[in-house]
Amino acid sequence: MSFLNRSVQTIFLWELLSGLSLTFRYMFRPKVTLNYPYEKGPLSPRFRGEHALRRYPNGEERCIACKLCEAVCPAQAITIEAEPRDDGSRRTTRYDIDMVKCIYCGLCQEACPVDAIVEGPNFEFATETREELLYDKDKLLANGDRWETELAQRISADAPYR
Amino acid sequence: MVEFLNDYLYPTLWIVAKIIAIVLPLMIAMAYLTYVERKVIGAIQMRRGPNVVGPFGLLQPLADGLKLFTKETIVPFGANRVVFIMAPCLTFILAMVAWAVIPFDEGMVLADINVGILYLFAISSLGVYGILMAGWASNSIYAFLGALRSAAQMVSYEVSMGFVIITVLLLAGSLNLTEIVLAQRKIWFVIPLLPMAVIFFISTLAETNRHPFDLPEAEAELVAGYNVEYSAMTFALFFLGEYMNMILMSGMTTVLFLGGWLPPFDVAPFNWIPGPVWLALKISAVLFVFLWVRASLPRYRYDQLMRLGWKVFLPVSLAAVVIVGGAVVAFDLRPGS
Repeated sequence: MSFLNRSVQTIFLWELLSGLSLTFRYMFRPKVTLNYPYEKGPLSPRFRGEHALRRYPNGEERCIACKLCEAVCPAQAITIEAEPRDDGSRRTTRYDIDMVKCIYCGLCQEACPVDAIVEGPNFEFATETREELLYDKDKLLANGDRWETELAQRISADAPYR
Repeated sequence: MVEFLNDYLYPTLWIVAKIIAIVLPLMIAMAYLTYVERKVIGAIQMRRGPNVVGPFGLLQPLADGLKLFTKETIVPFGANRVVFIMAPCLTFILAMVAWAVIPFDEGMVLADINVGILYLFAISSLGVYGILMAGWASNSIYAFLGALRSAAQMVSYEVSMGFVIITVLLLAGSLNLTEIVLAQRKIWFVIPLLPMAVIFFISTLAETNRHPFDLPEAEAELVAGYNVEYSAMTFALFFLGEYMNMILMSGMTTVLFLGGWLPPFDVAPFNWIPGPVWLALKISAVLFVFLWVRASLPRYRYDQLMRLGWKVFLPVSLAAVVIVGGAVVAFDLRPGS
């Protein structure tokens, strides 16, 4: 009997038809994908995106050129040169991140004692040339200025868990 | 001079005009078939499909075409240049040439030859040469394996397709496609010959190398099969040739089984709609099944493909020829009698 059953099912393409009817019904289900450039998913405050160098509220840059981030960076993407400024405080003269080398591990922001270098929420910084991804200090500071509100918010949101 | 104009030039120009009238809508249909395929498969997988280029992504085919057009055609070292370039052209041209005999309405056919179905069958069989040439000329093992598979697959399924066509011919009593369609005025052949129609449709899937029989371009094992070495326009010609073949095979299914340009019921609201529109609607319906099947079924294994072709379809269609032939004689269904 089961043999007969199976033969009939095979001859009438039962399995194929039931599969096809299933996919047909799926055609009318609501879409599960985000309409990406117009809709975006939520990001964790810990999301590690594009880097930024932050400033204190008085406009003074936070970075003190301790070079911990340069030392900890597993991809050796960070290059820092520093010397004392005219007022005697130690500052960086060069702070480059090679975004092509960077693996976005977030160790630089973990290492930073003054929360100067952080990885922000921005992940849409694709460029047309490689050179544009070799960030220098100006670019990083500009990022910091642009994203400061959100960066501060993310840090305070994550603070209780650190 | 006037004689020359009247006898040769004007008829030639008239034929060229008719060819353009057939080819242009076909080209557009082919371009938008790629778009519809992505939309349908997207919908089945609960995705959106292309929706950024133009309203609802409707300009996507143009963008794709532009992209492929501006890319570089790479001819691999060691490839046979002439054959390498000829293969995609051949595939594409053959897919277009076959449309000469498809009737769009009564009398609306480019070449109303009396063995239209044989011509169609011959042209669709020639399609395998484009793929074989591509596989051979690429001088690459993946392309070669893909071409071999494709050749074996097309040959296997053509046999049963031939027998299915014979059953249709037995009922229609003519090899002329217009006559075949007109013979379906009482009842579409899909109803008396339903199993044959299903076998025919499955064979056309194999014939056009579509899922679930897309072994010639099985990505998992052959990278991309016979077209692995192709780029830019040569690739586009293969790609579009495949879609053209899909439209052609849908057209063939429509003409043989779904009554061509005939409306489903020859009553008031239906027979107001002109024949070509009915033909287009039916072809679209068959094409939708092509896409639907692609989104639903996994790829066959090579031995399963061969088993289905030789051990299932061939005996069944052969038996069907005998049964249909017997029925035609026994119940005196001979056309024209």
